[in-house]
Amino acid sequence: MTATHFLPTRRLLALTPLLFAAALAGGCMHASHAGPPQAAGEYATERVSAQGAWRISYKSDPTPIPVHRLHAWTLHVASPDGTPVTGAAIKVDGDMPQHGHGLPTRPRVTRELGNGDYLVEGVKFQMGGWWVMDFEVTAAGRTDRVRFNLQLGK
Amino acid sequence: MRALNWIFVTAAALLAVALLAAATKPEAAWSKDELELLASLSINRLPPLPADPSNRVADDERAAELGQRLFFDTRLSSNGEVACATCHLPDKLFQDGTPLAKGVGTTDRRTMSIIGTARSPWQFWDGRKDSQWAQALGPLESAVEHGGNRTQYAHLAATHYRAEYEAVFGKLPDLGKLPANAGPVDDPKARAEWEAMAPADRDMVTGVFANLGKAIAAYERKIEPGASRFDAYVQAATTGDAAKMRATLTQDEVAGLGLFIGKGQCVQCHGGPLLTNNEFHNTGVPAARGLAADAGRLSGAKKVLQDEFNCLGRYSDAKPQQCGEINFLAGDSGNQLRQFRVPSLRNVAQRAPYMHAGQFATLKEVLEHYNRAPAAPQGHSELKPLGLNDAEIEQLQAFLGALSGPVNAQPRWLKAPGRQGAPG
Repeated sequence: MTATHFLPTRRLLALTPLLFAAALAGGCMHASHAGPPQAAGEYATERVSAQGAWRISYKSDPTPIPVHRLHAWTLHVASPDGTPVTGAAIKVDGDMPQHGHGLPTRPRVTRELGNGDYLVEGVKFQMGGWWVMDFEVTAAGRTDRVRFNLQLGK
Repeated sequence: MRALNWIFVTAAALLAVALLAAATKPEAAWSKDELELLASLSINRLPPLPADPSNRVADDERAAELGQRLFFDTRLSSNGEVACATCHLPDKLFQDGTPLAKGVGTTDRRTMSIIGTARSPWQFWDGRKDSQWAQALGPLESAVEHGGNRTQYAHLAATHYRAEYEAVFGKLPDLGKLPANAGPVDDPKARAEWEAMAPADRDMVTGVFANLGKAIAAYERKIEPGASRFDAYVQAATTGDAAKMRATLTQDEVAGLGLFIGKGQCVQCHGGPLLTNNEFHNTGVPAARGLAADAGRLSGAKKVLQDEFNCLGRYSDAKPQQCGEINFLAGDSGNQLRQFRVPSLRNVAQRAPYMHAGQFATLKEVLEHYNRAPAAPQGHSELKPLGLNDAEIEQLQAFLGALSGPVNAQPRWLKAPGRQGAPG
């Protein structure tokens, strides 16, 4: 390797096991510090809402989720047994918890597509990293929330 | 003891083999993910110029020619001395190299370059306009920039640009009986004249005024960023041309690039081929001395939603569903306090001073600011200290110098047009 191409990132790679150990130790010491969830399951595109009222999934158009670009999601809302939920009122929010700048846009449901599907337009992420998207779904007199975690490339 | 020696010898041999392998394959210094990230920053990845449905003449060559003449015409001002090109100088990358823009007075913001602005959903540091043509109209009516007014500009079009205007936009309305100076501007006399005009006349004049902005935008769309040494390096890196890589960027510049996409986290906001996400962030930039507090995006978002020239307004040529971002803009988010637009980093080294009011004279000051991450004067800074040492700051600065390139436009767009239509 020539010096020209000796990069800090390469140096970091060599230290990876050490950093990993340090991160684990740090994690134990600062368990209350909110960072991105580690378990892969936390990034699932289908989740049960906080109080178990709905089973909710999303698909982005395009896939994978783009960065720096306005795009749409389709949200699918079902009851726990999988029956599609129609006529729901849905509030949309999102944030980058470690930055606190929120979403650059205010996405909203613009159309109910039928069969429990809802078109969410105006989604935009202005940088890569850990994001959360929150949906508050009200139907048949019940309101419940779901949070999706996203890890976006740059 | 003998066993221990063997271990050392073996380890040293392995290290030597590894170093040799690396020396003969320098292109392997970037991982696959890093190479993909570098490619995403390359100017080759610039998508085709997006359409501007709010401007029906955006891609009309005659409109661009008219727009170019307007852009350089100092008659579009209250004192006959200020044109768009006064602050957006073609030989200075369409900016002016001074902390606060100077027109007929002094503004409270740094002039932004117009290069590549056709690709941004928002214009100005606070995003108070959502198209190039709406942007062009702002300074024309500002008391400290061009200082003019709508009937003045409409009369000017009728007197000096009638044929060119009518070829693009159709017949000019009869402006004969309208005041010489009237408009919704700070000047009390011109404002009073404007308020005395019939609503239909005001609408007619505003339509002409908006068209002048659309012609200027058609010209500005021609001004695009060109390739830099960084782009040549990425090309070499992605094709594994080690000799070309070495010949294109210095060791320090390559190290700076590593920091740019790594420890420095620059790429989080300065991503994509323009090296900007064209969004707004509060990075704790200090208040400018002597100026009133600047709420940045918080005020810009409110203004663009109320702007009569926005994509949803009556002077726009777009259908509402063709207007992207403004349909989903948050107009009252506390996060927006003192957020400012992320500028493109292309040609950044040639564009001192930096930040929305030119607060930093050098790139070194900018990098030291990001490294230190001080609290914001208002709102919440998104920065966290980076822990860069002096050498790393120098490497980053060296890399930023590799982002310079020519303006990508036909030569005829990069200078004032010929005598025809010029002042005098």
